This record gives sequence, C-alpha cells and structure tokens, in this order.
Amino acid sequence: MSEITMRVWRGDANGGDFENYTTERSDGEVVLDVIHRIQATEAPDLACRWNCKAGKCGSCAVEVNGKPRLMCMTRIDTLPEGPVTLTPMKTFPIIRDLVTDVSFNYVQAKKVPALLPPPMPAEGYRMFQEDVERSQEFRKCIECFMCQDVCHVIRDHEENKENYAGPRFFIRHAELEMHPLDTNDRRDFVREEAGLGMCNITKCCTEVCPEHIKITDNAIIPLKERVVDAHYDPVAWLGRKILRKTKTSATDAAVQPAP
Amino acid sequence: MTTIENHDYDILIIGAGGAGLRAAIEAKQQGLRVGIITKSLLGKAHTVMAEGGMAAAMGNVHSEDNWMVHFRDTMRGGKYLNNFRMAELHAKEAPQRVLELEQWGALFDRTKDGKILQRDFGGHRFARLAHVGDRTGLELIRTLQQKVVSMDIDVHMECKVLKLLKDSEGNIAGAVAYWRQNGEFVTFSAKSVILATGGAGKSWKFTSNSWEGTGDGHAMALWAGSELMDMEAIQFHPTGMVWPLSVRGLLVTEGVRGDGGVLRNSLGERFMFNYVAPMFRAETAETEEEADKWYDDHSAGRRPPELLPRDEVSRAINAEVKAGRGSPHGGVFLDIGSRRSAEFIRRRLPSMYHQFMELAGVDITREPMEIGPTCHYIMGGVKVDAETAATKTPGLFAAGEVAAGLHGANRLGGNSLSDLIVFGKRAGEGAVSYISAGGGSGKFKQSDVDDAITEALEPFDRAEGENPYDIQRDLQDMMQANVGIIRTGDELEFALGELEKLSDRVRQIKVKGGRAYNPGWNLATDLPSMITVSKCVAMGALNRKESRGGHTRNDFPGPVAEMGTVNFTETSKDGKWDGAFNIEAMPIPTITPELKALLEEAK
Repeated sequence: MSEITMRVWRGDANGGDFENYTTERSDGEVVLDVIHRIQATEAPDLACRWNCKAGKCGSCAVEVNGKPRLMCMTRIDTLPEGPVTLTPMKTFPIIRDLVTDVSFNYVQAKKVPALLPPPMPAEGYRMFQEDVERSQEFRKCIECFMCQDVCHVIRDHEENKENYAGPRFFIRHAELEMHPLDTNDRRDFVREEAGLGMCNITKCCTEVCPEHIKITDNAIIPLKERVVDAHYDPVAWLGRKILRKTKTSATDAAVQPAP
Repeated sequence: MTTIENHDYDILIIGAGGAGLRAAIEAKQQGLRVGIITKSLLGKAHTVMAEGGMAAAMGNVHSEDNWMVHFRDTMRGGKYLNNFRMAELHAKEAPQRVLELEQWGALFDRTKDGKILQRDFGGHRFARLAHVGDRTGLELIRTLQQKVVSMDIDVHMECKVLKLLKDSEGNIAGAVAYWRQNGEFVTFSAKSVILATGGAGKSWKFTSNSWEGTGDGHAMALWAGSELMDMEAIQFHPTGMVWPLSVRGLLVTEGVRGDGGVLRNSLGERFMFNYVAPMFRAETAETEEEADKWYDDHSAGRRPPELLPRDEVSRAINAEVKAGRGSPHGGVFLDIGSRRSAEFIRRRLPSMYHQFMELAGVDITREPMEIGPTCHYIMGGVKVDAETAATKTPGLFAAGEVAAGLHGANRLGGNSLSDLIVFGKRAGEGAVSYISAGGGSGKFKQSDVDDAITEALEPFDRAEGENPYDIQRDLQDMMQANVGIIRTGDELEFALGELEKLSDRVRQIKVKGGRAYNPGWNLATDLPSMITVSKCVAMGALNRKESRGGHTRNDFPGPVAEMGTVNFTETSKDGKWDGAFNIEAMPIPTITPELKALLEEAK
C-alpha cells in the first residue's frame, strides 16, 4: 500500500488556505475514496458534496489540479505523481471547503419556459426513435454544473451571471426546442433572456462534460443557427409574423399553463 | 430558546425523489400550499441511480400483457407477503402514470411504431419496463423535477429533518430540521406530512445506497407512533460490482441480464440452471439452447434462469462463491461481451460501459464483469393504507421505498420506479383529502422542538468522545456480518446485543468543528435513525423463523406455511431512538376471490 498527499482548500466565504493530508491508498481508488478516508480519520468536518458515487448524480464536482472533475469518477492512478490539489468550483460562491453555492443554476432553471405539448391522445403520444434521440442526448445531463464552472463568460465575469444561462441551460433550451412535442418558440427567449450571443463557442464546456454531451456542436451551434434564421432572414421573419400558428412565442410560452 | 425560522404549509413533503416530487405535483395541482425538504440538492436523490426501467403493463412489446399478469408477477415475486390491494392498484395505474410523464417532457426509448419501448427484467413474464437506455431513474427524476420547478413549488435543499412534530391531540403538525449549509435550526408547520425519504441501505458495508439512505423516514415514523412492517425483508441485488474494493457494492443493472447477459462461475458454467426453485420451474428454460431462443421470441422457449427474481439469483451467487467456484475477487462473472455486439452493448447499456471502463478498467464489450450481491432495497417500511398511503399517525402519509406492502418479501426490478409514481400520487391525494376533511392543525408543541435541538447539539458539548465515522463503520461491518444475506438466530441475537453497545457509543459522540456544513455532525444526526432501523430489521429477522424472499435463515432454510400468513409489525414503546420496540405477528389481509383466482390460474 502506498501513500497519497491531498492538498485540500479549506475555508469559507471569509477566506481560507490549503491543508495537506497524507493518507494510505489502495488499488483502483478514486479521489472521493481518499476524501472519505480523510473525513473518517483526520478531518470529520471536511465539507464536500457527494451522493451516488457512480457518476450518475453529479454532486461531487470540484476542481482537481485546477480542472473540474467528478471526484467519484477520477481514479488516483490516472493523475500525475505527487500531491493532488482540490479546490471548490471557482465560478460559484464558496459555502465551505469544497462546497459551493450553486443556486445560480436553480435560478436559471426557473426561467425556462415549460414544455408545451399538444393534448395527449388516450393511448399516449407517438414519437419515433430518430426524433427523440436529439433531445435524449441533452437529457443525459447529470447537472454537475462543471460546464457552468468552466465557462469563461461567467467564470471570469460575475456581472454576466444576471443575463446568461450558461451551457447547462443552453442544452436544456436545445432539448426543448428539438423536443418532438414542444409547441413553444424559444428563439426570442434564448437570444434575449438566456444570453446565447455571449457564448463564443470555445468548447470548454464540451471538453469537461462527464456524459460526453456534444454541448457546443449539437446544442449551442444549432440554437445559434435557429436564432439567426428567425431574426435576420427577412423571409423567415415575415413567415413567422403571418403564420405563427404552430409555435407559441416565448412571451406567451412563459405564461401558458402546462398540462 | 430563541425564536427560530418557521415555514408554514398545508402539506410538507420530506424527500425529493420520485415519490416526494410526484406527491408534491398532485397536492399543488389540487391547490394546496406545498413545501418539499431534501437532504441533498434537488435532482440528486437516490431515484437517479435507478437504471433499468419502470414496470407498467402497457403491452407495447407483448400485446398479451395486462395488469392481471403484472399483479400476479408482483405477488409471486413478493412470495405472497404483499398487500394485495397495493399490488392491484400498482399494476392497474402504472401505465397511466408512465404515459403522463411524457406530457411533462420525458423521452423514453421507442418501439418501431413510435410507442414506448419495454424491456425484459427478472420476474416479469413479459417485456414490461419503460426505459431510457440504462438511465431511467435520471429521466424520471429530471422530468418530475422540471415539472415541480415549473409549478413554482418551494423546495428546501440541504435540509435535514431531525424529528416529526405533533399537536396536542396527537396529529402530525410538522417537523424540526436544520440547514446543512449553516447549521441553523428551522421548523416547518404543516397540517399533513408525507414521508418520501427512501431506503435504509447505508447501514450495510456493501451497499448500492448513498449516504442519504439512513432510514430517516422509517425511524421518524416509528418514533411518531406509526408501525413498521416486514423490516426483515431486505433486497440484496445480485449484481453489484466487487472490484475495485472502493466501488464494491455499486450497482450493475439487471438490464444486462434482460438484454442477454448470463452468469458464469469460475468453471465457465451457467450455474443458474442448477438453482431453479420448484415454483418457477414450469416457466424457466432447462437448457442453454432453449433459454437463448427466448430473447428474440418469447414463444420459442422459456425464460433464462438468470431472469429469476433477485432473491433467487442472489442466493445462487452466494452459494457458488461459498462452494469455491467464485471469481478472483469473491464474486461471479456476468458476461454480455461474448453474447452481444459491442455496438448493441454501448447503445443499450451506456452507463454500465462507462462505469466499468472508468472505474475498473474493464471493457464489458470484450470481458466479463465480476459481480456479487449488494444491499440494495428495503421492502419493509411504514405500514400504510393501500388507497391513501395514510399511516397510523393522523396526518402522516408515506410513499415509495419508505412505505411497506407493495413488494412483500422481495421486490421485482422495475417495480420501484412505478411504485414511486403510483403511490406518490396517491399519497398526495390522501393528504389533500385528509386536509379537506378538516384534519390537521399545524400547531406543534414548542417543547418538542427544544428537546430535539438540545439532543442534536449535545455532540458539540462533550469534552471528548467518539468519532461518528468510527461508529458508522462498526455498524456497517456488524450488520453485514450478522444481518446480511444469509442469517441465523444466534447471529441475530448477537446483532441485537451489539446494537445496544453501538447505541451507548452514539450517546458519546464528540463532533469536531462548527455547525456549518459539517459532515461529521450530519452523520451524528443520521446515526440514531440508522440504529433504530437496524434494530427493527434484526428483530424482524429473528422473529421470521423461515426463509422467504429477501430474508434467508440458515437455521430455517425453507418457507413455512404459517409464516406466510403474517406480516411482522413493529412499534415504539417510548418514541425514543434507543428505546424499546414491540414486535407482533399480524395476519395478512384476506385476498378477494377475484384476485385469488388470478394467482391460482398462474400456478
């Protein structure tokens, strides 16, 4: 059995510092195993979030050696030799140690206009696999918020948070926009309220996604194209003005009672 | 005591998994003021871990399927300890509950003609599980979560409930809790409370449960005067990971077997053919050839024995390992890589593929997985009324894993997610009816709040004492060794003695650090529930002198007819976590002739 040193940021909103913990390690362990051992022995008050320990719930995201990772899916033997540095996600305010205040994401979730489907036939809706697959990709999201953490629009600019939904919610908007049952037109909302224009497609979000969702290519870029079509193509604009029968506008969508 | 923060609701829901969220939607739709509390963040509850699917007899893949077959499968799987009315309601209502999810945004995998696709699972006669790859639980929780958010229902996150509160007449009146983020106390006054707190598997060493599965709802209901039932019935899921040690117990979906995976021992034998109990022989294949035909055409052969109910498969694996035919790390092999194409496996079982690749360095499209039984689910729980989910305590309701009855002695895979939405909705309706009929005052006694707070703070005041993590580890080791998959009377007696010693240690906990986001303190406040529930399980197991479903006694190896006519119910004498509990054998309600005929037909 060998040893491992973890350099863990400890503190709260008033400040803090790194503390080193050296502990034994065994084969196949992940970062979260070592944190649990530290909690069980030296530091029972070391704060971190976790739930499933299987990469399914997205609770245990922190920055491992400066990069956002799920602690439960990061094997120690895949990291470079030497101490492992753990810090809380930078984009969100600190609560304590490795735990951050991710309420920004829950505020953004509230702003999303709900799905507005047509009435359900008695025997249920008919949808085809090829039509549901696009949105299914986005529904794999486990809400670890690592894409939000790494997005420099909000990571480096606190002032943008007010008007920017971030990659997690761009895929949510894309999911609904491409949902076979949705009758809302979300394009105005995405442009005006969600700040899609601020994203300059550096793909940082796609790189960190533990579910390997192609956030930039499959959600953000298609959304940007739909917004462009809607607003800068005069024929499409006119068509929309005359024939806005199939889709409800974003403003109406927000107040439509969902079933 | 200074005045503390209070939130007032008509209905307070404790737990934000599938059952809690579904109950909240129902109550809010009927116009009541609803608040939800969760120990974690919204969307992280254990529901998210469910993989294979939710069972509903929609008949999309096999048109012969209907609620009667589903009812019969559920009762047989539960070895007839089930509440027959719950099994009936569940089988009848599940299809509608699943369809309704699509109105709220769920996107299930589809059949060729555009309906919801259904998959085969253990114990279900027909392909019945609506699913999305192997992440169905995520789809369910996200759908309900998004619906709850769109309805503007209050969700209080990272809030741990210490105790339920009652009014002077003995009706439920709310709960006292603390915020994990800052350690401040908070009360919730409510006319009715719905428990949707999930399971209790964290008291075992090898478990698929997260830190949250400490049985808080089971324990709080007992303390408040409700009855627990069938607590000995614990499901050890046959396929948990066994290596690396750090992930031992992590779930491997039954979908692997539903999609063609088979179990082999170290000699390469498909040993399940040797473990087919008499009650399943008529419908189980006798040869590998026959079993393999069944996957493509259910009329061409009988079911593979790998798809027997979970209790049967777990016992078989246990026996193989004991006989020295186990895998290098003490499990057996689950092989799908040699039986299905890599493309098929990656499409049908994407999470399993990643889980093994990233955590164990095993490519399941080429190599077999090493697996073994893991503590997964508690069939026992709070005794509830089948129609309304009401408990014995006026105003207190329970739904989902915390409630007992539907699954009897053993739960079929896929019946859990459907349980959540069927009885989550019913609990919501039950609470609304209770309030409409004038029930509930919401006026709790302040002295109860003060007592709970004093007790919660004691671990800070001691000059020295025990580390809560040491106690948790010893509890888990002890329960695994003595109240595990195979039990004996002596070991259960021993376990009850050890639980008294562990209780003494819990009373001596010393917590380091402050109250803000302190996991050590959080664990100290979870341990009383864990001790209460462990004790109830051990007592139930000691009294059930037979083997049935998830409960196996080495000293009573087979089922005993008289034992099959009773449920064991437990109550608290004094409402204390470390107090004395009563246990009683209660006759199982008499099944109606119509339903009985369905079971006879199947025999």
